[in-house]
Amino acid sequence: MNQETSVSPIGSRLNESDSKIISIKGMHKWFGDFHVLKDINLEVAKSERIVICGPSGSGKSTLIRCINRLEEHQQGSIIVDGTELTQDLKNIEIIRSEVGMVFQQFNLFPHLSVLDNVTLAPIWVRKLPRAEAEEQAMQYLERVKIPEQASKYPGQLSGGQQQRVAIARSLCMNPRIMLFDEPTSALDPEMIKEVLDVMIELAESGMTMLVVTHEMGFATAVADRVIFMDEGEIIEEKPPKDFFENPEHDRTKLFLSQILHH
Amino acid sequence: MSETPTNPRYAPGTHPDLPPPRRTTGALGWVRSNLLSSPLNVALTLLSVWLLWTILPPSIHWLFTGAIWTAVDRKECWALMDAPRDGACWAFIRGSFELFVYGWYPEPERWRVNLTFILFIAAIVGGLRENIPGKKYWLIFAAAYPFIAAWLLLGGFGLEPVGTNKLGGILLTLVVAVTGISFSLPLGIALALGRRSNLPALRGVCVIFIEFIRGVPLITLLFVASTMLTYFLPPGSTFDLLMRVLIMVTLFASAYIAEVVRGGLQGLSSGQYEAADALGLSYWKAHRLVILPQALKISIPGIVNTFIGSFKDSTLVLIIGMMDILGLGRARLNDPEWLGLAPELYIFISLFFFISCFAMSRYSLNLEKKLQTGHKS
Repeated sequence: MNQETSVSPIGSRLNESDSKIISIKGMHKWFGDFHVLKDINLEVAKSERIVICGPSGSGKSTLIRCINRLEEHQQGSIIVDGTELTQDLKNIEIIRSEVGMVFQQFNLFPHLSVLDNVTLAPIWVRKLPRAEAEEQAMQYLERVKIPEQASKYPGQLSGGQQQRVAIARSLCMNPRIMLFDEPTSALDPEMIKEVLDVMIELAESGMTMLVVTHEMGFATAVADRVIFMDEGEIIEEKPPKDFFENPEHDRTKLFLSQILHH
Repeated sequence: MSETPTNPRYAPGTHPDLPPPRRTTGALGWVRSNLLSSPLNVALTLLSVWLLWTILPPSIHWLFTGAIWTAVDRKECWALMDAPRDGACWAFIRGSFELFVYGWYPEPERWRVNLTFILFIAAIVGGLRENIPGKKYWLIFAAAYPFIAAWLLLGGFGLEPVGTNKLGGILLTLVVAVTGISFSLPLGIALALGRRSNLPALRGVCVIFIEFIRGVPLITLLFVASTMLTYFLPPGSTFDLLMRVLIMVTLFASAYIAEVVRGGLQGLSSGQYEAADALGLSYWKAHRLVILPQALKISIPGIVNTFIGSFKDSTLVLIIGMMDILGLGRARLNDPEWLGLAPELYIFISLFFFISCFAMSRYSLNLEKKLQTGHKS
């Protein structure tokens, strides 16, 4: 495992191929006859923060779900941290344990306490002893600011708290990449901030992040690049300032005018 | 309805939590709202009281106060009553009790049956109780129990061998029912997972098996077990009838369990599978730690329903000549000494089945309550 190699800060990239932690080339995906993703090319550097936005049905969730093989692509290649995603189950398991994912609906395990949710994968996948896993879990629960909820069940927590537990659950696997699939879309407005604060803190710590979100404030504050997708294609990708001030394509302009005007 | 008292006004943000309005409470209030709330309810209540008044006293007299508990045969029973059949002749059940429990199990070896019963209780309690010290060892014991029981009952390895044709009565009923129940659950889970598998061959085999078994009456399968299977076995080889019956009963129950568990699996959101996958859990670990605990919890009512069904269906073995409690009891009715005591017999047998099934039903309710972690709120 290459976990001990420290995460290099942005800007100190030695050479091109070394710093690319995700490399997607000419990737296509279909759901039946429906062509959801068309010729996707995307390279992500270590510690890069990418926000993906676009209208619903544009394929943005499907794109990040391809990165940990929750969806299978049919053409092109996806290389994550030096491992290519193929039918090989061993590779898929390696990549999944290196890539954390946070879902719109949290997807905590309702039959397990918060602490058991967070220690499950470290104990059963990483084979950590329980005591060590729990100690580490408490550290991450403190980092997401809910250590006092450790013995409760997910059903007893608010949406914002559940989402923070879900983030802690992913972090406990010491992932090198974090994928966020609309993490705040299912939350009540007053809970969005507590989740975004945790994500901002995570970004500042140097985590590689791909975030599907419509929180444009978050994109402005944190993202290195904003990617705009429509109808399965990447239409435009730019640093956030450029993206919001000088969008090139009409489709981008229309989208921005729609989401910024309410 | 009382008039709403004029509540004091509070400034915004200072309204305290008030107790709810008072309702009619206490025993009288309950009687009034549940039994006498409308003219129709009053009439129904009176009718029920009258029915109980006419039915209960004679029933109690027949069952208990007028019943005879010790007698050598029915003639003596009736001689002891005010009038023949004035009360139940429980002496019949008492006199046949050993036969009903042990069947024809040889008398000097009956301690083995008793020990099997006691270990059965221990395995049930130890395996099902949540906070029992040494839980792991209890589970191992519960898993090993069927084999220990088979050894104790049938002998060999130092114990006097006892043929399976000596088993009868409650002993045989429990052997058939408990075997069917305990082996059908794991087999049913495996079939349910197989039916949802991505591998077409495995899925096909499971679907065909489930649909075939569900599509054929249990009695037919038992006839197959008792007659047809011998044609498929090499000539001269004997394959114990009880063993064949146990296999058929287990397969039959497992097909139903499989469908119940499949329902539970479908009740889970795809997000649970995705979250388990995304954490890097393998198929088996995801199912063992995340999917099955939840799916089985949802399936508890259906699983217990199937268990209760197969417990009662175990009486069907009498059709192929095996003497379970019902078969043995009916045979006993033909005994000239106890001729015509069918009511006593069937009340006894009903009570045995009712207690067993009611216990399962209560346990499942209890289990559901315990596993409720509040995520449906």
